[in-house]
Amino acid sequence: MISHDRKLLVLCLAVLAVLFALQFVLSSYLVLALTRILILAVFAMGYNILMGYTGLLSLGHSMFFAAGLYASGLVSYYWGVPLGWAFLIGIVASAVVSLVIGLLALRTEAVAFMIVTLMFSQVAFLSTLHFSKITGGDQGLTLPTSARSFDLFGLVLDLTNDTTRFNIAFVVFAAVLLLTYAATRGPFGRLLVAVRGNADRTEMLGFDIYAVKLMAFTLSGTIAGTAGALYGLMFGFIGSSFADFQNSIQPLLFTLVGGPGTLLGPLLGTGLMTMLIDRLSGLTTAYLIVVGVLLIVMTLWFPKGILGTIRDKWARWLN
Amino acid sequence: MNIVPYLLLATLEGLVQASVLTLTALGLSVVFGTMRVVNVAHGEFFMLGAVGAWACAFLMPGPPWVGFVVALLVAPAIVGILAAAADWAILKRIDYDPEATIISTIGLLYIIQQFVLMTFGPNAQAVDTPFYYTIRFPWFGYSSYKIFIIVAAVVLVLILWRLMKGSRIGLMMRATQYDKDTAQNFGIPVDRVYSGVFAVGAMLAAIAGVLVVPSQQAHYLMGHDPLLLSFVVVIVGGLGSIPGTIAAAVLIGLSDGLLSVFFSPTLAKIASTLLVALVLVFKPEGLFGKADR
Repeated sequence: MISHDRKLLVLCLAVLAVLFALQFVLSSYLVLALTRILILAVFAMGYNILMGYTGLLSLGHSMFFAAGLYASGLVSYYWGVPLGWAFLIGIVASAVVSLVIGLLALRTEAVAFMIVTLMFSQVAFLSTLHFSKITGGDQGLTLPTSARSFDLFGLVLDLTNDTTRFNIAFVVFAAVLLLTYAATRGPFGRLLVAVRGNADRTEMLGFDIYAVKLMAFTLSGTIAGTAGALYGLMFGFIGSSFADFQNSIQPLLFTLVGGPGTLLGPLLGTGLMTMLIDRLSGLTTAYLIVVGVLLIVMTLWFPKGILGTIRDKWARWLN
Repeated sequence: MNIVPYLLLATLEGLVQASVLTLTALGLSVVFGTMRVVNVAHGEFFMLGAVGAWACAFLMPGPPWVGFVVALLVAPAIVGILAAAADWAILKRIDYDPEATIISTIGLLYIIQQFVLMTFGPNAQAVDTPFYYTIRFPWFGYSSYKIFIIVAAVVLVLILWRLMKGSRIGLMMRATQYDKDTAQNFGIPVDRVYSGVFAVGAMLAAIAGVLVVPSQQAHYLMGHDPLLLSFVVVIVGGLGSIPGTIAAAVLIGLSDGLLSVFFSPTLAKIASTLLVALVLVFKPEGLFGKADR
């Protein structure tokens, strides 16, 4: 088992090395696209912890993404909080929101859980519209120029610079990937998979599955919020469209395509899907139809996603 | 100042809303009750009904009522066939797994919505009222068409009730709901019951869409609110309970108008959605329903 995990770790490190090297090869447009992919992949990795490893399907993760986005964006917009602190505030806020929502939503199961998470996130979305005087509602808020650069231990980082942005996104992505690796191995990781496989039996064995689920839920929501905070601060824009239903479907689709319950699935799914959607949105306004078709195709024929299918056929260690 | 006319007007408007909501939510409720699946694309069937009514009004020559009558027959029929096809092509193949069903009906939602965007376009379209006769109350005149909506909804609910409780089809549905495998063993074609129920649920939403469109414009995103409100109604009324669904729809339809007077519509929506989420967390059997199996 240990050697399997080591193989996976080596693969992760290799992927990270390739990603880092890509910035020297790709055009600046593609580097920007890759920056977005890395941030959204963080979102999907957070989602994957809950959906892929623990088997809990949430339809409300845009709420946590938005919690990070708004908390960090608003403190920076209104109070001029330095970006590093704003980022941390975003992470803490999404941790609190996901803990509270988790406490409530995890009292339900299966379909009720999906609907409850959907409704809570709907409440969050409508709130961003209702309090539009503060949040800017639909129009959103653009962060002022003063909030577009920050000082990290004497090093001034300019967030309008493509290379800087890419490397910040890369660092956060790498940290979350390694965190996910650590969280999904060992006793805790096995517990998550046990809850997915057979919750009742796990409970019978003496584990407090509510606590396990709550930890997974909070971790998942916090990572989603980290992605949100990063997205808002990096691109200098916060708006209610990040809180809507479609943004909850996004990580679900990415994870589903890449492979739920695989470490690198979310990255693969996010990469493929964002590139596909970017191409299509240039062709037609109705590009979401592809999202619809893919959701159905994946559930019908590839419920395990790309990496999940590869894992089952050839490489058992690709968890 | 006399308060009676205001109350009467608010009640009438509330009843119209409640009627449309009852039909839509009953569709969702019947499907959940019998098949134990949640159809997220339900609002899109409502929207298809409305867009279908516009298409019929647009294509049919002659007075508006001709198009309306045609729409009332054709739109639900097409939506019913579409729903049965979706059941056969998708839901049956994933064996009605509750979670997979939700994901694939989300897919269906996007496909229908975006298809309508491509063909019907992004603009809202109005449809003429089939008849203009105004009922004169001592204080104000009221559109007879809106009264017609209420009557139509009551008639449809009675028909559905009769179908569920007093016919062989209803018996098959209840047997399937109670125990699918045993029903199959007793020769009930469970597959066809499921397709039929899914089609009937979608048709109810489509009829509501046809009825609503002369007083509200057709738009490709109009399915969103009915879906959410139907969720609210079905959950408050007790998942799968028909009397509970009707009671909740009337209550919410009536109070929605009243709430919107005091609060902004968005705040009213926030409050009701939050309340329903909490109902589902703390009292999952609903406020009216009793826990069934």
